[in-house]
Amino acid sequence: MDVQQESVVDPAAAGPAAGVQEVTIRVTVNGAVHERPVPVRTSLVDFLREDLGLTGSHVGCEHGVCGACTVLLDAEPVRGCLLFAVQADGHEVTTVEALATGDELHPLQQAFWEHHGLQCGFCTPGILLTAYDLLRERHGVSEAEIREALSGNLCRCTGYQGIVRSIQAADESWER
Amino acid sequence: MKPAPFQYLAPRSIEETVELLREHGEDAKVLAGGQSLVPMLNFRLARPAVLIDVNSVTGLDGIEVEDGTLSVGATTRQRTLERRLSAGGSGAQDGGWALLGEAAGHIGHLHIRTRGTVGGSLAHADPAAELPAAVSALGATLVARSRDGEREIAPHEFFQGFFTTALRPDELLTRVRVPSWPEGTRSCLLEVSRRRGDFAQVAVAAVVAMADGRVVRAGVALAGVGASTVEAPDVAAGLVGEVPRPQLIAELADDLCARLDPPSDTHGSAGYRRALAGHLLQRALLDATSPTGAAAAA
Ligand SMILES: Cc1cc2nc3c(=O)[nH]c(=O)nc-3n(C[C@@H](O)[C@H](O)[C@H](O)COP(=O)(O)OP(=O)(O)OC[C@H]3O[C@@H](n4cnc5c(N)ncnc54)[C@H](O)[C@@H]3O)c2cc1C
Ligand code: FES
Ligand code: FES
Repeated sequence: MDVQQESVVDPAAAGPAAGVQEVTIRVTVNGAVHERPVPVRTSLVDFLREDLGLTGSHVGCEHGVCGACTVLLDAEPVRGCLLFAVQADGHEVTTVEALATGDELHPLQQAFWEHHGLQCGFCTPGILLTAYDLLRERHGVSEAEIREALSGNLCRCTGYQGIVRSIQAADESWER
Repeated sequence: MKPAPFQYLAPRSIEETVELLREHGEDAKVLAGGQSLVPMLNFRLARPAVLIDVNSVTGLDGIEVEDGTLSVGATTRQRTLERRLSAGGSGAQDGGWALLGEAAGHIGHLHIRTRGTVGGSLAHADPAAELPAAVSALGATLVARSRDGEREIAPHEFFQGFFTTALRPDELLTRVRVPSWPEGTRSCLLEVSRRRGDFAQVAVAAVVAMADGRVVRAGVALAGVGASTVEAPDVAAGLVGEVPRPQLIAELADDLCARLDPPSDTHGSAGYRRALAGHLLQRALLDATSPTGAAAAA
């Protein structure tokens, strides 16, 4: 797992204070290992979208406010726009693409479908991963907890009622 | 790609990091959680030539207790602090340290706290930030390292003004040490913000140790009411030795508010902030000095 040891990021390998502007990184995304050179100022979400073609993660504000870029880094929700791809070297990233199995929606996605959890869908990937993190190890979350978790994800369409209902429904339907 | 070009360095040890800071000094920025720095890079408000990413530095994170002193490493995530140190609500009898968990829980959203670090929040020194107020109220010590060695800095010396600290360009904040408070200590952090997760319009952090119905030690600090975190040593001194009656608390709060010079901006006028500070301070002190902590529950 400790791939950073042999990568150019290690300043000892590149000379004590040389610094680098491009690095070859090795990231596990949704279970698959990718090894790619990447400019150090590329954000993780741009890397996922442009280099790996995983366009499920959206880019809204690019300064940490909207949550559209939410991905899981080592199973914890983070802002994909505030992390450089090089910082994911040696780590595991999970995106919304990992939720469905083929054509079969994840119970969370099914609940959003059934309970009007989305309108335009721009915020949905980030909200699904936030909800996934909330429900993964818990049952019977309260509405207050759901709203607290959702405070980090802006939705300009739904007014949140449908989103909260969807997450409550998924809490019941998702066998975990 | 939004930031201006930079060189990226990811040192592995504290020694290596301070060596790099000495070499690059003013041209370099430490990258910790990135939750404040990366937005500034994306807006190009900051254009450092070199980023020194400290996320892989060993020995810079973790929460330990040594000889009764709590030691929190600079790269400890805010979410870790929140999980480890919350006492389940304000005013719990917690030895004071739960104030840190409480403060961390008010920072942004969980996604932000997952990445954001304790050291980053302190070094960034936003005048409306919660953690600087908490460490100030607790009488903590900030530890900075450079190639020349280590020095310890008290919060009122560390927080020098608007986004300004006592750290030199070649210094790394390594940890914050929080002394133990006596048995019978309660803490309380109260905040008002426009939306959940926003910076505080005003936040008040209070720690009070009581014995036989009298205050034996106290610490108070406020966020959002000045160019920097505002410590209130007069309020603390006014409480020590006294029975903390509501009348006394109200007088101390009034005295402090008369001396505050809060900013006026889109998030609130100076007058509003001053009024908020008075109310929150009274409620926080009533809560921290009441045996049930019920006062602030309303
Ligand atoms: C949407 C959003 C909401 C937020 N809400 C709040 C809030 O309510 N309250 C709040 O307090 N904060 C809030 N923040 C900011 C907070 O989350 C940051 O985590 C914190 O201000 C900086 O910590 P960091 O680890 O991310 O540091 P970085 O962003 O990596 O660094 C911040 C600054 O500190 C310096 N620095 C970092 N670590 C060190 C070190 N060890 N030694 C020397 N210098 C160092 C950096 O060089 C940089 O100048 C919010 C951020 C976002 C994006
Ligand atoms: S795009 Fe990352 S939070 Fe808005
Ligand atoms: S569904 Fe349109 S932003 Fe949420």
